Amino acid sequence: MPTLVSHPDEVKVISRRFGQGAADIEKYIELDGYKAVQKAIAEGPEKMPAWIIDTMKASGLRGRGGAGFPTGLKWSFVPKQSEKPKYVLVNGDESEPGTCKDHVIFLEDPHAVIEGTMIAGLAIGSKMGFIYLRGEYRYLLKIMEKAVADAYAKGFLGKNIFGSGLDFDVVTQSGAGAYEVGEESALMESLEGKRGVPRIKPPFPAVVGLYGGPTVINNAETIASAPHILLMGGEAYAKIGSERNGGTRLFGISGHVERPGVYELPMGYNLKKAIYDVAGGIKDGKKLKAVVPGGSSCPVLLPEEIDVGLDFDQMGKAGTMLGSGGIVVLDETVSIVEFALRTIAFYQHESCGWCIPCREGTDWIKKTLTRVYNGGGSKKDVANVQYLAENMMGRTFCPLGDAAAMPTLGFVKKFRKEFEDYIEGNKAGTPIITVQQLVGAGH
Amino acid sequence: MSEIANSIFTPATAARFDHLVTIYPVKRSALVPMLLYAQDEVGYVSDAVVTEIAQRLDLLELDVRNVLSYYSMLRTKPAGRYNVQVCTNISCMLRGGYEILDHCKHKLGIGHKEVTADGTFSLEEVECIGACCWAPAIQVNYDFHDNLTTVKVDEILETYRAGQGKDVK
Repeated sequence: MPTLVSHPDEVKVISRRFGQGAADIEKYIELDGYKAVQKAIAEGPEKMPAWIIDTMKASGLRGRGGAGFPTGLKWSFVPKQSEKPKYVLVNGDESEPGTCKDHVIFLEDPHAVIEGTMIAGLAIGSKMGFIYLRGEYRYLLKIMEKAVADAYAKGFLGKNIFGSGLDFDVVTQSGAGAYEVGEESALMESLEGKRGVPRIKPPFPAVVGLYGGPTVINNAETIASAPHILLMGGEAYAKIGSERNGGTRLFGISGHVERPGVYELPMGYNLKKAIYDVAGGIKDGKKLKAVVPGGSSCPVLLPEEIDVGLDFDQMGKAGTMLGSGGIVVLDETVSIVEFALRTIAFYQHESCGWCIPCREGTDWIKKTLTRVYNGGGSKKDVANVQYLAENMMGRTFCPLGDAAAMPTLGFVKKFRKEFEDYIEGNKAGTPIITVQQLVGAGH
Repeated sequence: MSEIANSIFTPATAARFDHLVTIYPVKRSALVPMLLYAQDEVGYVSDAVVTEIAQRLDLLELDVRNVLSYYSMLRTKPAGRYNVQVCTNISCMLRGGYEILDHCKHKLGIGHKEVTADGTFSLEEVECIGACCWAPAIQVNYDFHDNLTTVKVDEILETYRAGQGKDVK
């Protein structure tokens, strides 16, 4: 079970109810639960959708799954009139290595996810929402199922919600193990009972989504933020964060730090402070070697590059991404050659094979880095890995190809000398994985 | 009574499946969770499971197998009663995930995707399970165990061997 952590620099918005037993519906209600959806309904049927969307726009909330698309804008793209039913789809297929924030939300505040789903539904005129959790999160699915059943028992879900004359149903769904399904169109395929391969875009989900109907897909953290935003007001939420990056987000700090954990920090919070103050610095007093700042798909940062604000724009300027907020910290003992290999081995394993640049690219990069790791590499291999990664970028239906190429490019560009020295026989860092493990097991 | 005559599932599961197909706009949406829940009961997705699920969802068996082969948690061969899944992805790797994996291999005397002779345990190296901040972590069936050491792993395995481990389904 996750250990909850706390730090004075945290601003608790999404995590406000964590540790207080809010999975219990009575406790959730006591802690202002289901007030946001009632506040929206009080605006009246005519004004309500626009009021919700305007509030979300004013909040500056950007998608917490990693793409950082403004949530209010996304909701506004859904056509008002539609022959087909509209849907809300909550992405809880949290699978990006280094990311475990939604895990804590489902555990500690499941009703916030339900209430957020209802709010999104009211905003776009949908009558049905799906909350999709990765298959491994069975105990969390149970918690969500109970929360949904309790909300139905209270009459909060179903027909005529809160006297609005509007109906809204919520269905929880389990995946069965697939990183790729975290991509929005693959997620819809999976929910339709198919292999989780991505769809070609356009059309975008807001126009043609689940079952061919207009669909809003949001990350679980994005959805769970909506009730808080409606209650505190969009502007107040925006003010907590940095420019064009409203509010707070959950950052999961893992790897070589003294106090790993999921912390809620304002957008724009300094990455160096997050590592050294909030997470207690590098474990066992060792030196920092590198930071993967937003899940394994984000290009690596060097120690001299981490004095940067944690928001979508500042991280972009720094040549990397805010991603999913999973900050992975590497100390001086890590071999970057090994870390790069482990990273690409993951993407090779998860590539669905639909697009050739991703399927072949991840495989060849893995093969080449395995050869380098085993001591049989040639100088050409580093250039080859870079060439392969560059040719995957932007050439696939979904971002998995990019997600594999970007960190690879970061490693070989920023640690080129370490790769070259490794090939020469001067191996930096302490190896963790044995060759046999890499060849034998899941890879 | 289940809607399917001679269902291979327990009455409770059969009833659950009868209900599951009614909650979606399209019946087929029940396929992925149904395969997983069937596996929970039968131990793996057997030919009989495929046949009945295809029948329940008005699909070809081929359609079911096509989906089945995509998802990494679904298996077509029995695992141990307790499937020990060790995460070795980056956050766990940095905090001893491979050490835990090696320890389990040694302790159980089996490798990746193998089952102990008595059928009690199976072992699997898995990708990120979403417990990065509490690494290293494993799942035994659906139960998470985190902040692990090899000593803790021994205790956990013993608990399951004694039939006293939690088993969420």
